[in-house]
Amino acid sequence: MTPVAFRHRLAERGIDAQLLLLGPAAVFVAALFVYPFCYGIAVSLQPVEGGPFAAYQAFFRDAYQRDTIATTLRIALPAALLNVLASVPIAYRMRGRFRGKRVLTTVLVVPITLGTVLTAEGLLNFLGPTGWFNRVLLALGVVDAPVTLTHNYWGVFLSLVITGFPFAFLLVSSYLSGIDPSLEKAGAVLGAGWAQRFFRITLPLLAPGLATTFCLTFVLAFSVFPSAILVGDPSGTTRVISIAAYEAAYVRYDYAGGAAAAIIMGLVELVVIGVVLGLRSLLYTGSTAGGKG
Amino acid sequence: MTDGGRFDRLRLDGVTRRFGGSDALAGLDLTIERGEFITLLGPSGCGKSTALNCLAGLLPLTRGSIWRDETRLDTLPPEQRGFGMVFQNYALFPHMSVRKNIAFGLRMRRVARAEVRRRTEEAIRLVHLEAHADKLPGQLSGGQQQRVAIARAVVVEPSLVLMDEPLSNLDAKLRLEMRTEIRRLHQSLGLTTVYVTHDQEEALSMSDRLVVLRAGRVQQIGTPEQVHTRPANRHIADFMGFRNLLPVRVAEQAGDGVVVDGGGLRLTGSPVGGIGPGEPAVAAIRPEDVRIADQPGGGVEVTVEVVEYQGRELSAEVRTGDGVPLHLRTTRRLAPKDRIEIVLDPARLLVFPAEPDGAP
Repeated sequence: MTPVAFRHRLAERGIDAQLLLLGPAAVFVAALFVYPFCYGIAVSLQPVEGGPFAAYQAFFRDAYQRDTIATTLRIALPAALLNVLASVPIAYRMRGRFRGKRVLTTVLVVPITLGTVLTAEGLLNFLGPTGWFNRVLLALGVVDAPVTLTHNYWGVFLSLVITGFPFAFLLVSSYLSGIDPSLEKAGAVLGAGWAQRFFRITLPLLAPGLATTFCLTFVLAFSVFPSAILVGDPSGTTRVISIAAYEAAYVRYDYAGGAAAAIIMGLVELVVIGVVLGLRSLLYTGSTAGGKG
Repeated sequence: MTDGGRFDRLRLDGVTRRFGGSDALAGLDLTIERGEFITLLGPSGCGKSTALNCLAGLLPLTRGSIWRDETRLDTLPPEQRGFGMVFQNYALFPHMSVRKNIAFGLRMRRVARAEVRRRTEEAIRLVHLEAHADKLPGQLSGGQQQRVAIARAVVVEPSLVLMDEPLSNLDAKLRLEMRTEIRRLHQSLGLTTVYVTHDQEEALSMSDRLVVLRAGRVQQIGTPEQVHTRPANRHIADFMGFRNLLPVRVAEQAGDGVVVDGGGLRLTGSPVGGIGPGEPAVAAIRPEDVRIADQPGGGVEVTVEVVEYQGRELSAEVRTGDGVPLHLRTTRRLAPKDRIEIVLDPARLLVFPAEPDGAP
């Protein structure tokens, strides 16, 4: 076979010089993800005392550590769900073109640019016992004593909503804009009111996108750390799994324990994502166009 | 929900739609009798799709009203008008099977389950999709998708079926087949149809009446024959295949006809609209009405410039001695640089008043 023919046969299978363009990404993934991940697993399997799984056994034996999984899920699952559900009606209403769309989108997305620390600071000032929120409620006579919304579960929850909602909104908007608007028009002419159009046409086509959006905001929320400490109750109701990992590694200098907590955190995320994507695969996930363009 | 079919006429009264600062559709008056096949015809941007969307209720009117007998329709949302619509891209629900797509309108009308099943199966048979009823639209060819869209629109027995360029995405052979199919369904189901197209051949072959639009205004309403043989103005003539449009000046009246001069030619034709001697005019004739003279001395001498082979016939561009280009169709073999004599059929030559450009 001539070298030229051989090159053609390789190119047909996707092997050509363009493959080199993947090089930088491959190096990146290997150096910044694969290597640290494998290193973490290795560290977690080499505790100071006990067998290779001693760090994991210790984590699950100690209720104080073990319960961080449930605590984190209790914060991350509702926050991710709320972010997705709240973005749907807003993104749905904001389809198409209208005056002021850009300004409104900017307002909705700006929180993405605020750091977690700034958000926490704002929450403490706004929702704290002497913050505006409580002062207004007290002035209106709605409550007798200030409502506690910081340094507990709600502080962390709200902080996750503020930083997670813009992500969810942007993703849901782009999924929605991919659905052919003529489908809803066809539904309308065929006699479907707005609710039927939404639930029978738009929502089934949007659902796979919502599942993906949920996974992404869930992962963001599950790895919550700064706000769990700054606006939460880091030794009690918001002692999330990342705090457990941090304490093990940098307070007790138990690197194996810290690594084990981090690996467990990753596994829990994988399980949740696996379940959501498994459910997603039961949905219709094909084209969202109405036919030939 | 209105019961389909039971109405006598649908009336559009000064229907107007503005976009930004300009009228996409200006004062459309039209009465549609039950059972008619009406085609809105015009080049893109003429307002025909706007008119259809206004009828469907997908676009609110800026002015005017729409009536079904004594019921005012333009204030109703689309879901309460009881129409069927076939979209240009078909707009089939991609997550529903063919059967569910077709049943959608019936289910929205809360028709009993057994009745939904019966009518859906009937509609599937009507468009010959029995073998594909459980497939998703994405698994069908363009022509099959088209038939699903039609079945979905007619299964609810709508009082009016709206079709927005439904054949423009099909290949030429399928387009011809579906054209016949749509006309056949229209007749056998006793539908009332409003059809939008920019294809004059399609419009002529399918319709009972044509509404020719240009720049949002009605230019002519008439039977296919009226529009074909006697376009109301030179723009419609241009659109209807009068490829030869010559700027001329009226020389004299000659009985029912007029004699015009232009580009070194002296032609006789029939006037459309009032024009008097000395006024500027446009002489229009189709390429197929330009004949090659049987014997020398009978016609205008021209030189053949370009010849296009079109199967049974040739299409040729010729030029007169004074440099006026003309198009003709002939069965005779021609070659570039041939010198021939042509005759322009006076009965088929129309003379329109020349209007300033941009006037309707």
